[in-house]
Amino acid sequence: MAYLELNNIYKTYGQGENETEVLSNINLSIEEGEFVAIVGFTGSGKTTLVNLINGLLEPTKGEVLFKGEPVQGTSHERGVIFQNYSLLPWLTVGQNIFMAVKEAFPKKSKTELNTIVADYVDMVSLTPAINKRPKELSGGMRQRVAVARALAMKPEMIIMDEPLGALDALTRGNLQDEILNIWGKDKRTALLITNDVDEGIYMADRIIPLRPGPNATLGPEFKIDIERPRDKTEMNDNANFKETRNAIIEYLMDIGEERKSEAKAEFVLPDLSPKDFVNQFK
Amino acid sequence: MKHSITLGKVSKFMGLGFLTTFKDLFTGKLEKEDFKNFLRKVVVPLASIFLFIGLWHAGSKSLYNIEADFRINKALEEQGQVAADAVAACIALGEDSSCQPNTLPSPAQVWGSYKSLLRDHNIISADKAAFIEKTAVLNEKRVADGKDPIVYTGRPSFVDQIFRSLQTVFAGFLLALLIAVPLGIFIGLSPTLKSSFNWFIQIFKPVSPVVWYLLVFMIVKTLLIGSSEDSSFTISFISVGLCSMWATLVNTAMGVSSVDKDYINVAKVLKLGTFQKIFKVVLPSSLPLIFTGLKITLSVAWMVLIAIELLAQSPGLGLFVWEEFQNGANDSNAKIIVAMFVIGIIGFLLDRLMLTIQNWVSFDKTDAI
Repeated sequence: MAYLELNNIYKTYGQGENETEVLSNINLSIEEGEFVAIVGFTGSGKTTLVNLINGLLEPTKGEVLFKGEPVQGTSHERGVIFQNYSLLPWLTVGQNIFMAVKEAFPKKSKTELNTIVADYVDMVSLTPAINKRPKELSGGMRQRVAVARALAMKPEMIIMDEPLGALDALTRGNLQDEILNIWGKDKRTALLITNDVDEGIYMADRIIPLRPGPNATLGPEFKIDIERPRDKTEMNDNANFKETRNAIIEYLMDIGEERKSEAKAEFVLPDLSPKDFVNQFK
Repeated sequence: MKHSITLGKVSKFMGLGFLTTFKDLFTGKLEKEDFKNFLRKVVVPLASIFLFIGLWHAGSKSLYNIEADFRINKALEEQGQVAADAVAACIALGEDSSCQPNTLPSPAQVWGSYKSLLRDHNIISADKAAFIEKTAVLNEKRVADGKDPIVYTGRPSFVDQIFRSLQTVFAGFLLALLIAVPLGIFIGLSPTLKSSFNWFIQIFKPVSPVVWYLLVFMIVKTLLIGSSEDSSFTISFISVGLCSMWATLVNTAMGVSSVDKDYINVAKVLKLGTFQKIFKVVLPSSLPLIFTGLKITLSVAWMVLIAIELLAQSPGLGLFVWEEFQNGANDSNAKIIVAMFVIGIIGFLLDRLMLTIQNWVSFDKTDAI
């Protein structure tokens, strides 16, 4: 039995005439310790999919099974890193993480909790900024806080919803490495949602494209057989990498083309031709 | 140097940024580019104050003349030349209040009344101190015997009235805060409560302070029936509170119901309990709106206070204004204008006080996320 299983998931928003089906017939299974990436266009229903898995939303049809049990509501076993950091602006870095840790380990003493907070802040190398508020931090630092907050709760699975989407390319690369480092330490199950194919290939064991919504569904999966730890520059010359990358991009492009041709409507142009200007002015 | 930075920051924080310009002027730090700034921030406001006082002076003078001419002509028509001359002489002498034109007082008269009110306050304070000193020994004995001490029951001075008004307004504000903030949180959290309270808010919000006073009077009078205590203070502060709480109620409910969805998701993912969710996420995030409501509440409270004190005969600035109007003494009108300025200035200071507290406790929404 898989660690996380999605069976025939459908998700619709609205009712009656306004009903739109965002996700349809989603089937996915993730094994323990696996790092899976789901790649898709913006607006294809990625966030809806994530919220179904972390328990913020319930599927209209089908079931989400986590360790064999249906998912009901959120749980500390599944840590979430949101797209827009979602740090509480009135709390400092330390307080933001402390709040999460306190909820996850209600029986620990305050000193123990503070040690955990300090450890995780140190892990994302933000110790000097522990007493700063989110607005005093850069985007990359804020996302690092969000990573530390999710991991400090020691979840069994980490769900990342486009965690690096709002960052610049350099910070992005650094954070990818940091997340991989942290993941590599205890190999928790991880699900990454992203719109960047390269990021998916660099980080994940498996990539699954999400066909764009409405009626978004998962496409065929692509295995990434590249040894870890991976090196970005070396990877560019790796034949396997090139092949997989091309295959995924081609697949996504084809979907894009399909979408364009689906939206084809015939516009009949009136049969007009310009007047004879030369004769007109004679 | 450090000191000057703090002054600049503090005054800007309180919305009194113009103070720094004054300080620069006196410390001679004014640069040439600052001259334009200085002109705009200091010279123009001062000029407008002088213009205002000038217009006021001219206006009161012409009103005075209209009324004086009318009185002289009336005497001339009804009683003849001798009586008219007598009236003119009486007006020119300016001592007997019965013949004086009763109209808008001039700035100089108002300033004079202000000083006389202060003098009056000093006399009453001295009187009070002397009374306390005189009765100190006797009161000690009375308290020891289990009797009530003798208290000063003389006329309150203008300054006493101001403090009495401030007491009433803060008691009313506190009542509004204690009712409106918790109620607003409940309403904001539950759509059911929101729809069940909506008619209530919509109907009672626009009710005038006078009607609130009458309503509170009906209830408190019955509740305190048989008691010899003076209920005017209780009635007036409850009326002030009920009148002014609506802005806070509506703003709190709105702030609580419109918390950023991201924060709510965080609360859900962290599995915060209801209590934790309200105090750690919902309240901090709606604090800016709650404070906007409280600021409006305090200014409304101060505004309706005057009318309610007047009705309730509760000591304070409102009653002072009403008594001076009824009194009809020579300088009554001038005293009313003094009270008007005092009311305005205190209202302004209260507003700044709330702004300072607001800046202090709430995070900047524009910097959020």
